[in-house]
Amino acid sequence: MPLEVQRLTTRRGIGCDLLTAGDGPDLVFFHGAGGASPDDPLLATLAQTFRVHAPVWPGFGVDETETAIEDMLDFTLHGWDLVDALDLAGPPLIVGHSMGAMIAAEMASVARHDLQQLVLLTPAGMWIDAEPTPDLFAMLPFEMAETLFHDPVMGEKVMTGGLDFDDNDALTAFMVSNSRRLGTAGKILFPIPNRRLSKRIHRIGVPTLVVGGESDGLVPPNYIELWGESIADSSVVMVAEAGHMVHVEQPQAVADAIVAFAT
Amino acid sequence: MKFVWFNLMPWPDLPDDFRENHRSVWVDIDSKLFDPERANGLYHEYMDQLEFADEMGFDGIGVNEHHQNGYGIMPSPNLIAAALARRTSNAAICVIGNSIALYNPPIRVAEEFAMLDCISGGRLVAGFPVGTPMDTNFGYGQIPALTRDKYDEAHELIIRAWAEDEPFAFDGKYNQLRYVNCWPKPIQRPRPPIYIPGGGSIETWDFCLDHDYNYSYLSFNGHKAGRVLLEGYWERVAERDKDESPGRASFAQIICVADTDAQAEELYAEHILYFFNRCLHVHPGFADPPGYRTVKTIKAGKLGGLRKENQEMFKTLTWKDLVEGGFVIAGSPDTVREQMEQMIKDLRIGTVFGLFHMGDMPDWKTRFSTQLFAEKVMPSLKNIWPELETDDRWWCHPIEDRVRPEFTIESARARAQMESQANSGPEGVI
Repeated sequence: MPLEVQRLTTRRGIGCDLLTAGDGPDLVFFHGAGGASPDDPLLATLAQTFRVHAPVWPGFGVDETETAIEDMLDFTLHGWDLVDALDLAGPPLIVGHSMGAMIAAEMASVARHDLQQLVLLTPAGMWIDAEPTPDLFAMLPFEMAETLFHDPVMGEKVMTGGLDFDDNDALTAFMVSNSRRLGTAGKILFPIPNRRLSKRIHRIGVPTLVVGGESDGLVPPNYIELWGESIADSSVVMVAEAGHMVHVEQPQAVADAIVAFAT
Repeated sequence: MKFVWFNLMPWPDLPDDFRENHRSVWVDIDSKLFDPERANGLYHEYMDQLEFADEMGFDGIGVNEHHQNGYGIMPSPNLIAAALARRTSNAAICVIGNSIALYNPPIRVAEEFAMLDCISGGRLVAGFPVGTPMDTNFGYGQIPALTRDKYDEAHELIIRAWAEDEPFAFDGKYNQLRYVNCWPKPIQRPRPPIYIPGGGSIETWDFCLDHDYNYSYLSFNGHKAGRVLLEGYWERVAERDKDESPGRASFAQIICVADTDAQAEELYAEHILYFFNRCLHVHPGFADPPGYRTVKTIKAGKLGGLRKENQEMFKTLTWKDLVEGGFVIAGSPDTVREQMEQMIKDLRIGTVFGLFHMGDMPDWKTRFSTQLFAEKVMPSLKNIWPELETDDRWWCHPIEDRVRPEFTIESARARAQMESQANSGPEGVI
């Protein structure tokens, strides 16, 4: 069952769509540079245990608010503004994927007592000189699916969403939304997805679960290991037959890991 | 009508299998292909050609900025322009231009351009490109979605720095400067003429019209393809109720002149094909990072330049295709004159950036073509726009009694020799 789409407005006045479903402890989910979908299989599975709140980042939805967000601090504070706007009973469990995990980790470093627990799925935001990650921004579509998915054939279908690229209008619409989404993501991921979190990461004090995909070509296993080492109270789970889009390829395994960690 | 002789300064030794076995001529081009000792001769050859164009009577000599690029070994056009300013005294020095979003702080551009204007006696034509994604984003690491914003701020800072007579504080988003005090200032006040190289962004058209800058459409696709885009520009000029001075637009065109049409093919085809087949072989992933182009431009569908279709197209182009498609204006002086006249009128341009040296063209062919153009084509096209005679907004204004270094160097030497003879004492005594 798809998630319900509601509206959320921050105290700064930035409005966005909010995907929501389920009942239980509050779980705030921050999506990555690929965007958010009401049909996200992980969110549907998590909604069986949690009350899921998944706000949409500027640049990724109908609201043309992306000029308000320019750098890492803007994203981080906007993340907390979104949590505030949800008006939850207490500090939530925060889950982020890739870019969303990068922002969630920043949020947890900056306001270390304002969350209960943290889950980082294939997080962006670290850089190892000896093992540079591929440049997503210079990639051709077919290369992207190979980098992001364990199963690139399935990945390409997911990424294009069945669009007919011979249809000029559909192609233009796709290019506009791609430009808005990745253009906004580029503010913290381009040219190197490192905004010096390593100077602040020691501040993360809540129990943290780091989830990696065994076939992740974008945030490979060594990076996941580094995340685990950098956060004091952390555990690491590696998911088999999953790439960077671990939540799409293995939603049940990821949900099981989160439930086991958080409950 | 102004004719600028432009040199991209390509690397002429890209291997035959470049397209097959190398990913890109730009950004991550194989560093081992560059031979610094070869570059010694090459830079001088290219600069000699620019000086030759001045001698031949071209209105301007042009240089531009590219980074990590196999068809342009000129990351700093200001270095070349400074050298040209010392060896010429007639042609405008057209730096088209400095990618102002890349300079930190951009006051550096205001200073260097002011220096060039002073050294050249007011001959500077200043270009302010946003810069290609290859240069700006992938080479120099600027964030695509913020590039234009940073460019706008740099532009505001430079123009103010030139115009203001007192030091001022500048509290920008990307540049915070407590004391902006451009020293030296350009001879041309409040500023040299400004040319904005563009590739089809709607915003760039409006930017040019807001400030009365020249819109310079620089592509390698030639005048037939350029016509569609410039028609859009002129429509925008009309919509904005601006006058339709041809000085508002310029265009880059590859030009090859020989004694006959057949000789043009014989002399130049291989070098032009070298350019299209090797020099434009850019990894498509570098051409269009998300966020670089505005939503407005994507929606308008006016995406020119180095797109994948073009890449594929270049692979199979023949000389005949290039000539018939207008990529290249080539042939006898009569053929070239006729096509140039048509192009200038169709596109309604006041300045042509003529690309005479292309790819791996040897020096003698470059000069042969240049001289034929200067002597047999250019004169009859000079007065194509009588209205530009009295419209001086679009070109530089050199001072009349400027230093003419080619003469002063000689006279200084002669003077020094005379003085040393007059002052020398008896032989053997120090």
